[in-house]
Amino acid sequence: MKIEQYRLIEKSRIKEFLNKLISIYNVVAPVEKGFNNFAFEQIRTADEVRLNYIPTILPPKKYFLPKKETILEFELGDELKVEPVTEYENLVLFGVHTCDIAGIKCLNMVLSDRPKDTAYLIRKKHITIIGIECNNYCDDYASCSFVGAHIPTTGYDLMFTELSEHFIVHVHSSKGMEIVEKTEMFKGADQNTIEELKILRNNKLKVFNNEIPTERRYIPDLFDRSFNATVWQELESKCLSCGNCTAVCPTCYCFDIKEDVELSLKRGERYRVWFSCQLDPFAKVAGGIDFRRERSARQRHRFYRKFRYHIDRYGMIFCTGCGRCSRTCMAGINLKEVLTSLIRESEAKIWRKWL
Amino acid sequence: MAKVVIKDSPYNLKRARILEVKTQTEKEKLFKLVFEDKTWLDFEPGQFIMVSLMGIGEIPVSVCSSPLNRHYFEICVRAVGKVTNSLHKLKAGDVIGVRGPYGNGFPIKLIEGHDLLIIAGGLGIAPLRSLILYAIDNRRDFGEIHILFGCKTPGELLFSDEIDEWSKRLDIHFACTVDRADPDWKGNVGLITSLIPGVDIDPIRTYAAVVGPPVMYKFVIKELLTKGLPVDQILLSFERHMKCGMGKCGRCQIQNLYCCKDGPVFTFKEIMDMAEAL
Repeated sequence: MKIEQYRLIEKSRIKEFLNKLISIYNVVAPVEKGFNNFAFEQIRTADEVRLNYIPTILPPKKYFLPKKETILEFELGDELKVEPVTEYENLVLFGVHTCDIAGIKCLNMVLSDRPKDTAYLIRKKHITIIGIECNNYCDDYASCSFVGAHIPTTGYDLMFTELSEHFIVHVHSSKGMEIVEKTEMFKGADQNTIEELKILRNNKLKVFNNEIPTERRYIPDLFDRSFNATVWQELESKCLSCGNCTAVCPTCYCFDIKEDVELSLKRGERYRVWFSCQLDPFAKVAGGIDFRRERSARQRHRFYRKFRYHIDRYGMIFCTGCGRCSRTCMAGINLKEVLTSLIRESEAKIWRKWL
Repeated sequence: MAKVVIKDSPYNLKRARILEVKTQTEKEKLFKLVFEDKTWLDFEPGQFIMVSLMGIGEIPVSVCSSPLNRHYFEICVRAVGKVTNSLHKLKAGDVIGVRGPYGNGFPIKLIEGHDLLIIAGGLGIAPLRSLILYAIDNRRDFGEIHILFGCKTPGELLFSDEIDEWSKRLDIHFACTVDRADPDWKGNVGLITSLIPGVDIDPIRTYAAVVGPPVMYKFVIKELLTKGLPVDQILLSFERHMKCGMGKCGRCQIQNLYCCKDGPVFTFKEIMDMAEAL
């Protein structure tokens, strides 16, 4: 911990800070939508912002990989006239939880893999991330400690952590420093507050307990042995195949590509739009063959994409423990419960029994 | 919101002009294409391109000409959907959009030095034609070349003029079968699997390249294994609904493999234990 990288702001001045931020930048922050629902939205005043919120309905991925995004504009006619385009906005995302920062890291991994997704990289460059650390669980659906997303590590420009009287702010980039300098509301951190932060992080290790009765390192093995587990059959009868779980997932990025033509029939656009492996036409090919016809196969695919396939490809678990899929599922499919039943069924077969 | 043009977008298209359209059967047409900027499509047999008709859509199509042909490239398209039906209405001189090539094709450097057994079902002959033409162009680098081709009826026989030529060549063993014959048909009748037992090959030094409708693979693989082919010398090309071609959109995922990026050509060894593959 380099003390020079830390700043302090009094808790009572956080609204003042936000209003100042809004006067300089386009600020997106969590706002309340009723019934304990929250959403990231562009804000006009600090009063709209909720600092204590459970994960928003949609994760901040909507700013990185919009639900619908034009990728080509074209003119209709005998000659092919196309122009690849992208839209971006300078945005400051305020109040991003560490689970959602982990989600953005997953998206970064996939979309900067070659061939690089230029549009994504342009948008990402124009977004500043101000995180806010959770000192407690948001609710019982979260499993962030299991995947190690409960402690801030990287992926933010500024990280706010609530202490007794202050927010201590980790300045992690020059973009973050620019905000600190422009808003002129921060003072340097002293040794006492640094100590307080260390104590808080230590306490967090007690507050956040591994939510799943196994360890992250056993996950590849567990999933290697669980392809034919009975829990998938249970999901077959439960799952409604609505695709909510993938829409709200911070690491789901699958999409479809479609196009529309203007009524004038002179020009049109090709766009990509979020799609879901849970929906019927996703894995269908010409001739009507569907390679994942059963809902159990689709749910299994979702879980394997989070916990197995991408470990081979990208070396990362693609679950951030945010709990959104379980919170939103109409059929009550709960990620923690599914993992727990997998462990119950398959753990005996894992080499861990030799320990 | 600011909008920018990104010329280096992976979704950008190259203009390809249609030089010639040849009707193959009732459903299939062969399109001879050339890039307007005079560049050459540098691809391997088995790779695919994304073909765009603006306002209609974009589809993956395998290239079916020889990769050594520097003058033009060809695609063989069956009219089944929106894009393919519209493509069938185009004529020589029209321009379409193309990006690619994508994916891993047939491992030609590995196959060279071995015998080659080509097994094509229906439109599966398209990507295999690229491999066949490559092998003919580099004939001295390949051992025996066997081609087995099957389709439903004699009317669906693709590349019939070339097939005549292949069957006459002394350096190629060619056999053809149809599921249902018509009165003029003088050749074999039966499924493509019926041709495999009769092929005279040394399984250890043979690579089999198999492309056809999804239903065909299981039965062909069974025959090839009975014949004694090693699992890593059976090459299969898979069909999935690819949207991006770059391992992003997730549509073509087979467990931890992306058909578009890791395939579409896989060895049987890679996928033999994989549910959802075949």
